[in-house]
Amino acid sequence: MINLKQIKTALKAAFPHTIPVFTGFIFLGIAYGILMKSKGYGVYWTILMSLVAFAGSAQYVAITFLTSVFNPVYALLMTLMVNARHLFYGISMLDKYKDTGKFKPYLIFALCDETFSIICSAEPPEGVDRNLFMFFITLLDHSYWVLGSALGGLLGSMISFNTKGLDFVLTALFIVIFVGQWKAQKNHKPAITGVLCSIICLIIFGQNSFIIPSMAAILAVLSLFRKEAKKAGNLIREEVQ
Amino acid sequence: MILTSIQTFIIICMVTLGTIITRFLAFILFQNTKANHSYISYLGKVLPYSAIGLLLVYCLKGTSFKAPTYGIPEIIAIICIIVLHYWKENTLLSIGAGTVIYMVLVQFVFI
Repeated sequence: MINLKQIKTALKAAFPHTIPVFTGFIFLGIAYGILMKSKGYGVYWTILMSLVAFAGSAQYVAITFLTSVFNPVYALLMTLMVNARHLFYGISMLDKYKDTGKFKPYLIFALCDETFSIICSAEPPEGVDRNLFMFFITLLDHSYWVLGSALGGLLGSMISFNTKGLDFVLTALFIVIFVGQWKAQKNHKPAITGVLCSIICLIIFGQNSFIIPSMAAILAVLSLFRKEAKKAGNLIREEVQ
Repeated sequence: MILTSIQTFIIICMVTLGTIITRFLAFILFQNTKANHSYISYLGKVLPYSAIGLLLVYCLKGTSFKAPTYGIPEIIAIICIIVLHYWKENTLLSIGAGTVIYMVLVQFVFI
């Protein structure tokens, strides 16, 4: 059974990893809450949306569905498109989330970009329960987003300091994780593939529809690498024999 | 509010459903896949690296390199973060300094 001490140590270990997300989510959440309010949606709608959907970019896109003709099918399809990248996170996490037991549904439900990138790279310190550690990273990130959007909905446009550029904090988080992965890994092909395929597809398809082509391109290139590696492996094996 | 409360609620449900589908899909599709299924486990090993790459481009997709500010603040901030992270290897320092540098650049230098 999980005892209180285990919970405390896991929470303590998880919190520092989530500080950049705290900054980013509070800020972006406030911006989202203000935007919702300006469209006539009170704080309870904002909180509900952030709590159950918990998908930043999809929620921003959803504002257009809330402010135009009622079209639920289109809302669903657009969300699937905007969030398609989560399919990759799922495949990446199959192994890590394999033995997470009763935490598993929530860990998957709230697996946003930021939580994914942290859990991808962060290891719990010695003696800290891995499942609890991942659970708290997920839960903390989720609460920051709900808290931020609630603040935005409540305070509205009362906040008026110059926050231009603050949203870069999440980009910075991803850069740091990218660099960390780069240093820890000898084979840089997957990382380079991810960046190059996305840039090429961004140039070809434009910023509104490049995600799915990028994912297809990444899968194709990674499969090609595997074929080549297999070939090379077979050759070596044949030489040995 | 243009939509009625019920319509709004349905839209929220749709966005939630869409997100849940994309997050659970891999786990549902491959739940019975054996651990040694080589193609999926290969993807599981390499995709985290490619996915962060994709995410980076996704974050920077709105950067314009043809019009002012020509992506200069982004490039400077990214270089600072990379150098700082190679040098000090302190996550919060790299993220914090990188963000402050970017904010100063877009607020005071490249207006």
